[in-house]
Amino acid sequence: MPSRTGSHSPTGFGRGLPERGLLLLAVLVLLEGSVLPLGAASSPDISHQANSDSHKKADGGHNITKKAFPVLSLDYQHIHIPFEISLWVLLASLMKLGFHMIPRLSSIVPESCLLIVVGLLVGGLIKLAGEKVPPVLNTQLFFLILLPPIILDAGYFLPIRPFMENLGTILMFAVVGTLWNAFFIGGLLYAVTQIQPANPSDLHSLELLPCLLFGAIISAVDPVAVLAVFEEIHINELLHILVFGESLLNDAVTVVLYHLFEEFSSEGTVTVMDGFLGLISFLVVALGGVLVGAIYGILAAFTSRFTSHMRVIEPLFVFVYSYMAYLSSELFHLSGIMALIACGAVMRPYVEANISHKSHTTIKYFLKMWSSVSETLIFIFLGVVTVDGPHSWNWTFVVVTVILCLVARVIGVIGLTFVINKFRIVKLTTKDQFIIAYGGLRGAIAFSLGFLLEKNHFPKREMFLTAIITVIFFTVFVQGMTIKPLVELLAVKKKQEAKRSINEEIHTQFLDHLLTGIEDICGHYGHHHWKDKLNRFNKKYVKKCLIAGERSKEPQLIAFYHKMEMKQAIELVESGGGAKLPSSMPSTVSMQNIQPKKPPPAKSADRTLLQIPKGREEEIRKILRSNLQRTRQRLHSYNRHTLVADPYEDGFSDIIKKRRLMELEKKIKEMSNYLTVPAAASDSPTMHRARLSSGRDTDFKPAQQQKGNKSCPDPQSYGVKPATDNVPTIQVDLASPQSPDSVNVMDEFGRGDQEEDQGLMMKPPSGHKKPGEAEGAREQQKLTRCLSDPGPGGDEDEDEPFLP
Amino acid sequence: MGASQTHSAYKYQDLMTKTGFSLEQIKNLHYRFRQLSENNETLSRENLENIKDLADNPIKKQIVEAFFDKRNQHQNEMGSFEEIGFEQFVMVMSHFRPPTPKMTEEEKLAMRKDKLHFLFNMHDSDNDGKITLEEYRKVVEELLSMSGDIEKDTARGIADAAMLEVASTNVPNMGPDDYYEGITFEHFEQMFKEVEMESRMHVRFLDVDTRTIHS
Repeated sequence: MPSRTGSHSPTGFGRGLPERGLLLLAVLVLLEGSVLPLGAASSPDISHQANSDSHKKADGGHNITKKAFPVLSLDYQHIHIPFEISLWVLLASLMKLGFHMIPRLSSIVPESCLLIVVGLLVGGLIKLAGEKVPPVLNTQLFFLILLPPIILDAGYFLPIRPFMENLGTILMFAVVGTLWNAFFIGGLLYAVTQIQPANPSDLHSLELLPCLLFGAIISAVDPVAVLAVFEEIHINELLHILVFGESLLNDAVTVVLYHLFEEFSSEGTVTVMDGFLGLISFLVVALGGVLVGAIYGILAAFTSRFTSHMRVIEPLFVFVYSYMAYLSSELFHLSGIMALIACGAVMRPYVEANISHKSHTTIKYFLKMWSSVSETLIFIFLGVVTVDGPHSWNWTFVVVTVILCLVARVIGVIGLTFVINKFRIVKLTTKDQFIIAYGGLRGAIAFSLGFLLEKNHFPKREMFLTAIITVIFFTVFVQGMTIKPLVELLAVKKKQEAKRSINEEIHTQFLDHLLTGIEDICGHYGHHHWKDKLNRFNKKYVKKCLIAGERSKEPQLIAFYHKMEMKQAIELVESGGGAKLPSSMPSTVSMQNIQPKKPPPAKSADRTLLQIPKGREEEIRKILRSNLQRTRQRLHSYNRHTLVADPYEDGFSDIIKKRRLMELEKKIKEMSNYLTVPAAASDSPTMHRARLSSGRDTDFKPAQQQKGNKSCPDPQSYGVKPATDNVPTIQVDLASPQSPDSVNVMDEFGRGDQEEDQGLMMKPPSGHKKPGEAEGAREQQKLTRCLSDPGPGGDEDEDEPFLP
Repeated sequence: MGASQTHSAYKYQDLMTKTGFSLEQIKNLHYRFRQLSENNETLSRENLENIKDLADNPIKKQIVEAFFDKRNQHQNEMGSFEEIGFEQFVMVMSHFRPPTPKMTEEEKLAMRKDKLHFLFNMHDSDNDGKITLEEYRKVVEELLSMSGDIEKDTARGIADAAMLEVASTNVPNMGPDDYYEGITFEHFEQMFKEVEMESRMHVRFLDVDTRTIHS
């Protein structure tokens, strides 16, 4: 979420002072403006007065004449709730904007801290204005409206592979770690409150169960806070998924412990039976939540199979089904967070195979937007309620809580890692442990849970709340601010920005199969075996049910490849075919280097969407001709293909020359697209799409392998169609002679010669579409799915294949 | 009986030092070997190919071939065996051991190189030290072989794209007439530089003596 806005700071700075000043002014005005209505809302008598005044006036006038039609009237009550909500959201968004205009601030202080400060300010203003602070972090609003978008965003884009690989570790931390924290903190707090019997203080009335309950509330690592802080520090994937996964999965533990202790603190005694039931309850809560989420996920996937005619509402299904999953599991007191995660993770691979590209973009953007706003609001509200109170400050309690939280976390992490490392292949180092311990931030969930407590059962509620707020502030401010420099200091491995490449994909799959095979040879069923079985089950049955049409049979590698192609094509069109290549590709520079060093006219030829004036073409040809001799030799060494006719020996030199010429020319004109999209089957869809989206006739042919330096088959794309003109059928392509989309190069060039400066027109292959027929249907589908959408650039998250 | 036991004990010791497996692991592997080879001294290709679970594996042939590949025996020979004995079997298996925590950096690097060589040999079927486009295409085709009717061109396209990527990352400044002959081992290593191969490529070998495995 914040990562996207990170790029704004340099530009913001450049925008200069006047705009910034204006923005700040607007913010201040809004603040003032919001304070009054917000306060007014809680004192309805003001508006009443206004009403009664106008009534009186109307009455008074009744005796004399008919009452005047009120030209302008003020009726705040009518709209006050939506108005306030909108004001808050607007405030949150403006704050977010504002922070990134102050260039250095956002790099020192994490956003969450700034937002809390803003919340404090707003709360203070409201209090100063004498109005009552609206109870904004009450449970309804928080748990039902503010929390789900954040969790859904996290769940939908959860990187499945690292999550599954580290599931054992994550579960250990989430379950055992949280339990340890809860009991340690609760128990020791109770012990502390019981000391000093000679000096009876407030604290002595605190019993064990409330303490344990408090421990349970405060011990859970908060996903919102973790997300907010970790987003900005970009640590490596392993640590990120460990801490984040833990924060998600400990929800089940928290829910169970919370309800357990709450129940029993009213009764007063806990038996072993209760403990046992608690354990069972935990399993039910956790697994039940996951099950509910999975069911809704499958429903959503199934629904998305039929949405091909109503693309507009596709995103709606995703959101509504997920929300229903959350609400349904909250209904049964199951873990709503786990339900949301399960729903998002389960539905994603199937839904993405079914929905259109635009819907996909919509979903992504909406999720990011909502989660961003939610997160901002949560932090602001945290600040507001801090000002509001009610507070009951007790030095001992608060300080001991903070210290115990830290100590418990550290001991827990170290102890657990010691055990976990015995089972892990990639051991967790001390640095890792430190980051995991330090990243255990508490957040708004703890506060809301505390807020939920009933006053009559928990007389110390206010003290709890104060302590919770203190811990939250401490973790978010102190730990949040210092984690970034610490990460730098300790030289923790950062996230690798490498884009998932086709090589990686190939080898990931290869390795998976290889390891499964070795396991089979060894004879024992290790986890590769089961993963493989699950994949096959998925492919055989599940995909057929849940994915519409042809896509259900598409193997993962090809799906991945096509996805990348599509991305390439879109990026290409987006960049307008300009000389500046899509910068997201790592090998951009190298491709340009491979481009033959030609004088400027040739360079302009690289922009394939431009049209090359005829004179330039001539120049290029001349240059090419001079290179021809050497290219002939290249062909020889490269020539491992069976030539139908071997013209070299037969000396059809001019024909060869012409052909080579055209090939080279073509290559120069190609857009250096890193991903080769050969004129084979997979090419046409991209071409069609690109043509559609660019809306122009002149098409570009995504760069074939440049200059045949690669052992890639430039011949492949230039398989000349047989039976044309007077051109001998020189088949240098090993592909089937009836290469379905083989382009009639000769014809093209011929026409290019005659016609005006049209550059290269890549006509879709006419006729000959033998194996391509099957492709045709698929292409159609792809066409309709890929509507030109200059949406966001690729997101690495999307490249995760399901159960890789 | 006693003599053969001590004999196998010595053999096991030898294997342990060569491959790094523990005694229990070697015993388990031996048991498995005997199961697969139907109590013969040597294992043939048919024995491996008859394993039921392997039937669904798209790269079954390559895997079986790897066992018979002399290059994986670390003895600088080329070519392939017809049949392999237990030693060779264990040697191949040793490529899949996970790194132990006591390993030094160099040992880890060596293990990594070892595993990458294994992978490389699987692709480079003609032993010429580089993976040519043809071989790479074959790899992709095999990978996709069990996924229904895949057109050759798609597989080809993918392989070509991958090759291009390797070439462009490793030899970015090729002139117009240079020809990229194939992926050499260095380039291959480069592909995996961010992957921790020593941990990725491992199979959990059983430490305890389980006789419940079946073929």
